[in-house]
Amino acid sequence: MSELKTLYQDIILDHNKSPHNFKKLDNANRHAEGYNPLCGDKYDIYLRVENDVIQDVSFEGAGCAISKASASVMSSLLKGKTKEEAEELIEVFHKLVTGDADPMEELERLGKLAAFAGVSEFPARVKCASLAWHTLRAALENKDDVVSTEK
Amino acid sequence: MKAAAETYAPTTSKGVFDVERVRADFPILNRTVNGKPLIYLDNAATSQKPARVIDTLRRYYCEENSNIHRGVHYLSQKATAEYEGARKKLSSFINARTPNEIIYVRGATEGINLVAQSFVQERIRPGEEILISEMEHHSNIVPWQIVCEKTGAKLKVVPINDKGEIILEEYEKMLTPKVKFVSLVYISNSLGTVNPVRQMIEMAHAHNIPVLIDGAQAVSHSKVDVQELDCDFFVFSGHKMFGPTGIGVLYGKSEYLEKMPPYQGGGDMIKSVTFEKTVYNDLPYKFEAGTPNIAGAIGLGSAVDYLNEVDLDAVYAYEQDLLAYATEAVKNVDGLRIIGTARNKTAVISFMLEDVHPHDIGTIIDSEGVAIRTGHHCTQPVMQRFGVPATARASFALYNTKDEIDVLVKSINKAKKVFQ
Repeated sequence: MSELKTLYQDIILDHNKSPHNFKKLDNANRHAEGYNPLCGDKYDIYLRVENDVIQDVSFEGAGCAISKASASVMSSLLKGKTKEEAEELIEVFHKLVTGDADPMEELERLGKLAAFAGVSEFPARVKCASLAWHTLRAALENKDDVVSTEK
Repeated sequence: MKAAAETYAPTTSKGVFDVERVRADFPILNRTVNGKPLIYLDNAATSQKPARVIDTLRRYYCEENSNIHRGVHYLSQKATAEYEGARKKLSSFINARTPNEIIYVRGATEGINLVAQSFVQERIRPGEEILISEMEHHSNIVPWQIVCEKTGAKLKVVPINDKGEIILEEYEKMLTPKVKFVSLVYISNSLGTVNPVRQMIEMAHAHNIPVLIDGAQAVSHSKVDVQELDCDFFVFSGHKMFGPTGIGVLYGKSEYLEKMPPYQGGGDMIKSVTFEKTVYNDLPYKFEAGTPNIAGAIGLGSAVDYLNEVDLDAVYAYEQDLLAYATEAVKNVDGLRIIGTARNKTAVISFMLEDVHPHDIGTIIDSEGVAIRTGHHCTQPVMQRFGVPATARASFALYNTKDEIDVLVKSINKAKKVFQ
């Protein structure tokens, strides 16, 4: 039960219930769609990028609590970040959920994302947490196609 | 460990099914998961193994391991006898006319692929049709798509209704002269629907169309008689009927199997080989190239012995009782919707919970030791038909109990609480 608590942190439950930036961005100039065929989770990520800085971000879609909260927390952190900073965040998040990063050491960079440290104890759920981040990477690269977790 | 299998009788003279005796046969049911007793409700994915099957595998490797056929030494003859003995058991188990109609394959999937390539692909022409249903497992969709791609034939899909039942009137209409083959699932793995395959086979035969039945979910829950069904092909997997993985059966009527070219070439499937000409072996060996899964086949024979002793009629009645109990029990969970409500069902409950995604349900109830499957269950078209991305599925077997169903319901309610 203790492990379960570390997976479903309050912050994850809150973001699942009331996701931030959960809409289509009308003036977006970058977009990508992410899909996990194993569980049917599907998200669209919209970005407005100017001079390599993310001015605005939003997402739409459906999936489990872990994938939705991950997309929501991600969206809340991206505004004002440069493309390079966003890519760094993608990197550190990936390390966090695969158990390759110590959340205590990376606390400053992770901020709210530290709530996802528990995912590393649930290998079957790593893809849920990563879906939005894979999609973000595709959107940053302006690949306007479907990103699958199974490619 | 249990001994004296000969005296084993899990049903009393009154026909009452003794689940506690059955449970004692499955060593894995003694273990805990996450500190809780294992409650295994993922039987449609694979079943657990009774001690006698595990013992058979161990005994084979410890005492008899050898390659079969053509060996003159003691072990080879012993292994051959056991391997062919298992074929005879399987033949009686589904009431084939002769053991030569029992082809060992890796599982139901390989059986379907064999028929797709050696039978259907050989005779179907561009524009002709293969008929399947909307509730097929991917293993009964993709092999036919491959045949269609290669031949220009068309795959047609018989629709299902909101309960998850095949619409027979549509099926009748779709049985046109263009249709050259019908392939149907007996029992749906994601909905639990038991299809009226006997009637559907008769309907296809009225138009001279041969029929394959995917029996992967059927053989461990009720008696199957391929002659009574009159199906032309029947496939099933050993691991879903308490046997080992990697072994299964393709049954085919001899008249068809005789005419079919081999699926794979190699050793054991030939009578004679020269560089000019090879003469293929007789049935069933024509379809069994290379050293087969000897241990698996012998283990599967042991699983058949087990199923014969527990009496599948008693198992069927017991599981129907479990299904009724579970269906009633989950009604008490607010916001739970069952997907698949056919009148004739096996013990499978596929469900959705309002506001909680199936994956989250699966993870949370796993912490209570309850193993269910979440996802599309290799039936993505079924998910599309019901407009859901995935479901949570509890699938029962002969060793499950009503107490376990109570824990399942309690765990689902716990999952709901986490998300309140």
